[in-house]
Amino acid sequence: MLSSLHKQLLNDFQQDLPLSATPYQDVADSLGVAEDEVLDAFKELQDQQFIARIGSVIAPNLIGTSSLVAMSVPENHLQSVAEIINQYPEVNHNYERDNRFNLWFVLVAKDSESLQQVMADMELQTGYKMLYLPLLADYFINLGFELDFDD
Amino acid sequence: MIDGVSRQLIELLQQGLPLVSRPYTEIAKKLHLTEDEVLIRVAKLKQQGIIKRLGVVVNHRRLGYKANAMVVFDVPDSLISQIGDHVSQFNFVNLCYQRPRQGDQWPYSLYCMIHGKNKETVLKQLDHLIESCGLQQFKREVLFSKQCFKQRGALYQALEKQQKVISNG
Repeated sequence: MLSSLHKQLLNDFQQDLPLSATPYQDVADSLGVAEDEVLDAFKELQDQQFIARIGSVIAPNLIGTSSLVAMSVPENHLQSVAEIINQYPEVNHNYERDNRFNLWFVLVAKDSESLQQVMADMELQTGYKMLYLPLLADYFINLGFELDFDD
Repeated sequence: MIDGVSRQLIELLQQGLPLVSRPYTEIAKKLHLTEDEVLIRVAKLKQQGIIKRLGVVVNHRRLGYKANAMVVFDVPDSLISQIGDHVSQFNFVNLCYQRPRQGDQWPYSLYCMIHGKNKETVLKQLDHLIESCGLQQFKREVLFSKQCFKQRGALYQALEKQQKVISNG
């Protein structure tokens, strides 16, 4: 079960952990608890995978080049095509979605030339065409995600 | 814009801040910097917008937010940045991007992501978004995620290492 300390740590420190030499002490001070309690609670949240990490979220396309890609695959081929796609190390966040374009993933490569090569190879290996949907503009200011613990 | 040392710093921050009393001291040791130098670099990277945030990254699915919808709209180019800015101000919107249209088969230009505890909540939030931002007039599709085939791939990590070599060399 999540304690009220767990919930505060999950909700109140997504945007920014205090930027100081002792961020966990600062968090503890702001909540009126001891630093050890904060460190233990964060460890528990991490061990139970409620937290992916305490770390940075960086602007897109800072490391290499990436693009969203979509494919329209007949239902009976979806599993096998997804397995082929997954074998490429360039593939991240590969999801089935409920649409005629039912397979969606993000490709990350060192430059746009290698990205195009990977896509051409994928089309050859799977026999299906792809939609190339690179980022043109990012409107989102990432303020974290407001969690609702009421139910 | 950023030097090799800051790139390595970002890699370490992407892996996660150590859960110890003086986390930046540990990072500083790995980069042969002082704790102060690391803090100054982090502040600068945040100021430049390279680090969008530095804090708790939650696992939505594990916390019960199992419904995830990608919503796409065909918004005219002349309105897209204004509408994109408006859409991204809603706290249930997780991402908001412009992407190129792909002819008649996929004529959408604005993409946003909504996470919720179930489909019903997500659809209610979407209705609210459509009304508030005046999106009724634009063609749209809602794509809920079904199964996840893969999360983070090996190349992302490999590229981070490779970038380090390039930056250093």
